Amino acid sequence: MWSRRQGHFRPTVCGVEELRRRRREQEAALRKARREQQLVSKRLLREDAPEEAGEGCVAAILGEAEVQQFLRQAQRATEEKEREGALVSLRRGLQHPETQQTFIQSVWVVWGRGELGLMRTLVGLLTSNQALLQLEAARCLHELSHSEQSTIAEACLPATSYLLTYLSGHSSDFIELCLYTLGNLIVESEAVRRQLLPQGIVPALAACIQSPHVAVLEALGYALSQLLQAKEAPEKIIPSILASTLPQHMLQMLQPGPKLNPGVAVEFAWCLHYIICSQVSNPLLIGHGALSTLGLLLLDLAGAVQRTEDAGLELLACPVLRCLSNLLTEAAVETVGGQMQLRDERVVAALFILLQFFFQKQPSLLPEGLWLLNNLTANSPSFCTSLLSLDLIEPLLQLLPVSNVVSVMVLTVLCNVAEKGPAYCQRLWPGPLLPTLLHTLAFSDTEVVGQSLELLHLLFLYQPEAVQVFLQQSGLQALERHQEEAQLQDRVYALRQTALQG
Amino acid sequence: MQLPALCARLAAGPGVAEPLPVERDPAAGAAPFRFVARPVRFPREHEFFEDGDVQRHLYLQDVLMQVADAPEKPRVPAFACQVAGCCQVFDALDDYEHHYHTLHGNVCSFCKRAFPSGHLLDAHILEWHDSLFQILSERQDMYQCLVEGCTEKFKTSRDRKDHLVRIHLYPVDFRFDKPKKNRSPASAEVPGDSGERSEGEAMEICSEPVAASPAPASERRTYSHRSVSKLFLKHVLNVCSVLRILGCTWAAALLILNSER
Repeated sequence: MWSRRQGHFRPTVCGVEELRRRRREQEAALRKARREQQLVSKRLLREDAPEEAGEGCVAAILGEAEVQQFLRQAQRATEEKEREGALVSLRRGLQHPETQQTFIQSVWVVWGRGELGLMRTLVGLLTSNQALLQLEAARCLHELSHSEQSTIAEACLPATSYLLTYLSGHSSDFIELCLYTLGNLIVESEAVRRQLLPQGIVPALAACIQSPHVAVLEALGYALSQLLQAKEAPEKIIPSILASTLPQHMLQMLQPGPKLNPGVAVEFAWCLHYIICSQVSNPLLIGHGALSTLGLLLLDLAGAVQRTEDAGLELLACPVLRCLSNLLTEAAVETVGGQMQLRDERVVAALFILLQFFFQKQPSLLPEGLWLLNNLTANSPSFCTSLLSLDLIEPLLQLLPVSNVVSVMVLTVLCNVAEKGPAYCQRLWPGPLLPTLLHTLAFSDTEVVGQSLELLHLLFLYQPEAVQVFLQQSGLQALERHQEEAQLQDRVYALRQTALQG
Repeated sequence: MQLPALCARLAAGPGVAEPLPVERDPAAGAAPFRFVARPVRFPREHEFFEDGDVQRHLYLQDVLMQVADAPEKPRVPAFACQVAGCCQVFDALDDYEHHYHTLHGNVCSFCKRAFPSGHLLDAHILEWHDSLFQILSERQDMYQCLVEGCTEKFKTSRDRKDHLVRIHLYPVDFRFDKPKKNRSPASAEVPGDSGERSEGEAMEICSEPVAASPAPASERRTYSHRSVSKLFLKHVLNVCSVLRILGCTWAAALLILNSER
């Protein structure tokens, strides 16, 4: 349901263990890339001819002479089928990094000799008025765009104006191919992005987003997400995106209902996340109704969890949570009509359903969910009251053992509730809260303990009966364990005094 | 557990909880305690986002459509393109769709050139086949920039090309911006580019000669009608049948109309 491509892994002769190992390696590589802020991923559309399905491997690597020969054949053979066949052979050869390398190197070498370069020949075929030849040339270009070599993007610069021009056409498969190719080139090189902006990529995308074809929309979302991920996006790209009609269309794609396509929604949710976390002009998005759309989408996601139609749901939930959390920090949220656009109590219920889902399926997303809960409850007595009236304190406490980060966030949310005063603390007492705090005081992580101390302080202040029980349950000893810790000393001492005087 | 209660709440209508009274004691925030309830924001590159970002990229990288899973292109008994003059044959609907849109979708009815988009076709018809355009362009800037979203206009096609190259970084030999030549449209326009097919060639599927006929047949009338009438007065439509017989273009028709006033 969530992705038409889900489960389309390469049918492989290696076992499950090998797959897991590859997956772990892939993940480790991605983490490293992210820490170096070099996260580049590309998408590949590949439809091999049926004859290849039975074979274990793809066509052979091509040398420079063979590449040139195929290209010449594509231009000059008399039979159309021959010309198409030449490009098909070239495309298969281009599945090999070695052939890609050959092609790229030849681009620069041949230009030096004054001949028509390989890329220019390919672009000539891309713009030919023979439809199927054009399609095959586009597929060759797409294979090239997926190459891991960083020089590929600049080698493809001559093609970009045509790729953009074709976005205004009507052939949906072709447009999809052009969009994925553009997305791959965009993510690779700032030179390509510097060229695409004056070439009019933003108006081209704004026109193309009105296409009724789901495959085109998903491809467009992908290309746009690559553009928005660029380092220079906040200054150079996002302002023109926000000035166009793209934001309204993006939000439309995220509206829950029968027309919501999960694959499309995932792409545009990530686009929105990149825009919002860059903090260029979030009030504009709030003005377009981003908060209410995303809030309704959150309810929809919770509904999907309840119906257990949740395969891959975390791919959409993650950016939605991020967008909502960041938007809630905008001052505009408070001033729109004098009230927050997001006040519906169901949002809290939906969020907890999602937290349960993450707990079971994707614990790494718990911090993101709790981040939203913090931003919802921090300045909202109403949402804090909802937490209490919907009996959500205990489920919240059950998340504590997951990790230190999660523990700190759970305790922070509880502090949000407790700091609102006695009426709130009364509802936290008696109950599992105090025993839990005695337990977290035994943690070694300083931040967890520090947040526990803050919560204890609020509890003692607004619910003094708790002090006695605290003392009876060896609370002082739990405190004294930390009295040497620099970051905790002052608070430990203050709490001790309160407890002894109380 | 709590889940049924939450499900029930979700199923019920929207609502805002009536908040309990808020009553803060100043001692709450007194040193050494420092907790303040506040919403938190994370910027783009924050490490908080690492896990989710990695998941996102694993998803991107896993997208590899395999023929074993993707549906095969449905094959049908061979059929020919139905457009008059085109004898291309197909055995798959997808191929036909692309062929149709590329070669017959945005075709100039005067010279048979095919264009990738309606936008470029409109510009072509105006600039190549409309005598009124030529007249007006002597007095004002009429050559519109080809990039969608750019509203600049120029006196000559040369000026426009300069703009495309300098401002929009388009290639100097952009194929959809050939300057108009006085010879017949079927002749090769750009010498020296060995191997490159001239964009001015007729559809090469059949060797039917192309005539730059100013009196197109009625079915092809619809192509030029679509673009020109958008730009000129709609009342021209009322005299279309008369002028078709006279063998005039729309713009010439307008000229006749205006001169009759």
